[in-house]
Amino acid sequence: MKCRVCRGSAVIDLKRHNANFCGEHFLRFCHQQVEKAISEFDMCEPGDKVLVAVSGGKDSLAVWDILNNLGYEADGLYIGLGIDDYSDPSGEFAKAFASERDLKLTVVDIVEEYGYDVPNGSRAARRAPCSACGMSKRHIFDRVALEGGYDVLVTGHNLDDEAAVLFGNVLHWQTDYLARQHPVLPARNGLPRKVKPLVRLDEREMAAYCVIAGIDYMLDECPMAAGNKHLRYKDALNSIEAASPGSKQAFFHKFLSQGAPFFAEAAQELRDELGSCETCGSPTPNQICAFCRLVERAGGRPVPVQLTARPL
Amino acid sequence: MKIELRNPTRTLEIPGAMSVQKLLNKLDVNSASVLVICDGTLVPTDAFLQDDAVVEIRNVISGGAG
Repeated sequence: MKCRVCRGSAVIDLKRHNANFCGEHFLRFCHQQVEKAISEFDMCEPGDKVLVAVSGGKDSLAVWDILNNLGYEADGLYIGLGIDDYSDPSGEFAKAFASERDLKLTVVDIVEEYGYDVPNGSRAARRAPCSACGMSKRHIFDRVALEGGYDVLVTGHNLDDEAAVLFGNVLHWQTDYLARQHPVLPARNGLPRKVKPLVRLDEREMAAYCVIAGIDYMLDECPMAAGNKHLRYKDALNSIEAASPGSKQAFFHKFLSQGAPFFAEAAQELRDELGSCETCGSPTPNQICAFCRLVERAGGRPVPVQLTARPL
Repeated sequence: MKIELRNPTRTLEIPGAMSVQKLLNKLDVNSASVLVICDGTLVPTDAFLQDDAVVEIRNVISGGAG
């Protein structure tokens, strides 16, 4: 196989693009796809203060690397979740990445700061581990972004992640979730815009990016995620993708262009319904937000979030 | 050739030289879900693997999604 750009030896074939690339031109392709996503969905601009949520895995480290290569001044945030034999090694990859590139990384450990860990929190709140973990991370993303004065919070969700979530939402016709599914969550109640610049790149491409760019990442999978429904959805979608390359991209991106407008009114109603949590001040449709309820049940201590006005 | 599969980690010996795609078919592995790394270098699905190659088949699918 030859590289589509330089005709040198290819190291990766992308069937959905009917294209092959050498290492150098594959990295450039990834940068271009992120630039395109940022521009298409109006995610951020040069000069924005950007915070990247990093887990030590391939996607978050890749997006941090790409944003810095594109000229954004992006800092990182790593959250220690207290998951045995997984959280500490993951954190080491994030710290090594930041240290080698002289990037700023903020570290928050939920056991130290909130007094609970994800395994205990999920049991106490009777939530699936991935649900308790995601909720905890989103709350801390907001808090750190707010305290640090960041304009934009970036997560490493890729095309496979978004297609799998969409698949689950359609499978169960969860119209409220469909209304919220978009690569950009606008700023609200003082919280920053949240964006997903990897929505044009899939998981295999992100892993290849890390291998080619020399980024060491956490290869082991989170033990608490084993067998979760998103893995099953991804498996199903990859079976379709193998038979019909481009299916995942069409499924997600045509939802955005052709399906999402049908849910726009519901999305606005959801935003209008949000008040502030009486305990921490975070946006919530309830008196007490789900995060504070989880912390309380797990025997931890909530940390107030001081909301300030931020232009939408 | 010596095959190391990651996530979970296990090793296999497969006799004979063959293409990456043929190896993946033989192992019933979906090429959309893995990277193939031969002697430390990423290789495309049409690459030909020698009988004495050391090959890593790395799963790229993560469970977390928000």
